[in-house]
Amino acid sequence: MVKKEVTVLNATGLHARPASMFVQTAGKFKSKIFVIKEGNSINAKSIMGIMAGGISQGTTVEIQAEGDDEAEAVDALVQLINDKFGE
Amino acid sequence: MFVKEGIIASPGIVIAKALVYEKIQVEVNKSKIEDAEAEIVKFQNALKKSHEQLETIRAKAVSELGAEEGAIFEAHAMVLDDPEFVEGVELEINDNHLSADHAVKIVTDRFYEIFDQMDDPYFSARAADIKDVGTRVLHNILGIVQADLSQLDDDVIIIADDLTPSDTAQMDKKRVMGFATNIGSRTSHTAIMARSLEIPAVLGLGDITETVKSGDLMVVDGLTGKVCVNPTKEQLKSYENEKLKYQNYLKELEELKDLDAVTLDGRKVELVGNIGEPNDVAGVLKNGGVGVGLYRTEFLYMNSEVMPSEEKQFAAYRSVLEAFPDGPVIIRTLDIGGDKKLPYLPMDEELNPFLGLRAIRLCFKEIGLFKIQLRAILRASVYGHAHIMFPMISSITEVRQAKTILLDCMKELDEEQLPYDKAVKVGVMIEIPSAAIAADIISKEVDFFSIGTNDLCQYTLAVDRMNQDVSYLYDPFNPAILRLIKQVTATSKDNFFTGMCGEMAGDPLAAILLLGLGLYEFSMSALSIPQIKKIIRSVRYEDAKKIAQAALDMETGEEIMDFVKDSMKKLNLNI
Repeated sequence: MVKKEVTVLNATGLHARPASMFVQTAGKFKSKIFVIKEGNSINAKSIMGIMAGGISQGTTVEIQAEGDDEAEAVDALVQLINDKFGE
Repeated sequence: MFVKEGIIASPGIVIAKALVYEKIQVEVNKSKIEDAEAEIVKFQNALKKSHEQLETIRAKAVSELGAEEGAIFEAHAMVLDDPEFVEGVELEINDNHLSADHAVKIVTDRFYEIFDQMDDPYFSARAADIKDVGTRVLHNILGIVQADLSQLDDDVIIIADDLTPSDTAQMDKKRVMGFATNIGSRTSHTAIMARSLEIPAVLGLGDITETVKSGDLMVVDGLTGKVCVNPTKEQLKSYENEKLKYQNYLKELEELKDLDAVTLDGRKVELVGNIGEPNDVAGVLKNGGVGVGLYRTEFLYMNSEVMPSEEKQFAAYRSVLEAFPDGPVIIRTLDIGGDKKLPYLPMDEELNPFLGLRAIRLCFKEIGLFKIQLRAILRASVYGHAHIMFPMISSITEVRQAKTILLDCMKELDEEQLPYDKAVKVGVMIEIPSAAIAADIISKEVDFFSIGTNDLCQYTLAVDRMNQDVSYLYDPFNPAILRLIKQVTATSKDNFFTGMCGEMAGDPLAAILLLGLGLYEFSMSALSIPQIKKIIRSVRYEDAKKIAQAALDMETGEEIMDFVKDSMKKLNLNI
């Protein structure tokens, strides 16, 4: 399993467009991927889970992936967050 | 015949036959099932069918309504693929022995509630999407076919409890002339759809589906928020008249929208809009307003169960400022008390609430609350031309006190290294007679004035216009009011302007007087902007000044009103 901590920087957090970009990116990988926020684990491939997670600007989360492409998956998602979803 | 009143969701007037669109009430099978595998297959088939339907609807929505509307159905398809949804339903079937339909309903309701309870309007809208998708899957499991609105033979007004994206996307847009629904608000899907189709809509009518029958002739008046069912001949005639008037207004709007508000002899003034929430910005832009002359921030507080946070306020102010990259946005600080109360801020009963603890006075007592708002405005100020306006100012001392608190907020932001516009404009609302009389003194501390005529009249004439026995005394044309306005506009210095945000600013009969009195900025409800612009563009400033001067010497409001009407006739101005 690969995991990495990252802080959400874009103004709207994982909301609306960023949430769907995040889920679509996660969906490209075979690994099981989870976002851990304050001990709760959210399925990164679930748009409803991510949006309901209330991950706003300044929240620190951990991205965990397990599977064949786990390293690539974590890297891609962390990069998306660090790039502020292209905002 | 009967008339009902609801929420205005989209303007315009339409007269057509009603079509009651009834939703089928779904009964799910609540008994325990034995063959879980069969239920899973039913669920999987329904998912597949839902995917196919959504693809068809999406294509139709994109071609008829544009990519943005099509994106709603892409989002719906994402819900169908969502592992939390799919696995959640399968779990209910396998572990709890629920039928496929029951499981879908339970999982859909669970997500619906999570989203519905978030106070962010974006998420409330997603709640409706989830319900829409859930209902689609449910119908497909149970083999229910919803009434078809895609081929209509007649022009109709759709009557429904509420309309979902799935309902509106499949509609025959050429035949659908208006909406009237039981529930809904200005931000619900039905309202957004009606505005984008440019058809009138009145929502929140309570029981319109119960009281109207398909085929009834009805009027939806999206200007006053009324619907009239089976109108009398006279009513019909009057509505046809109103409809024509509105069409003329739209034509005028088209001609005037992008033109400056400038007199024949070159005096340029500013026409801006009054708004209560960020959504109102669209109307101001559409009517050619160049900015916002009064942002009533109290709605942000009144529409909330808890005190709105600095972040929430910041986001609202920022979105309004960003809508006007070149124009001013005057944000009035909290004006609560008097007749406006907040559920989460206990206030004592007062004998004389309008002379009591309200607006800036309340903010001085609740400094914490005041500072949250000032910080939010300051932080948003870097996104446009923010103007901060203090209400209910009676003397220069209060202005200084408010500015001291503003300065404290600036210092805090400096320490936190948060950016704000250091040259943010500060002004006051002139609505208490003492402030009008001492305008020259108060002007030393501020960058602008905005005259609030509603309260200025109430306080100057000592009249409550809600009291029918004395409301006849309420008269903005009263010579005393005109003289006070003159006293305020006479205060002029470099980099200073005087505006007005009371109802008088949008009154076509007052426009020439106010122009002649030297008013620079007119702030009004968005719909009034084209008409006032037309008047401004049809007169000479020199003539307006003469008219105003003559009016100042008259004895009664009636005399002044007649004189203005007469002068406008002479200038060939029909209103």
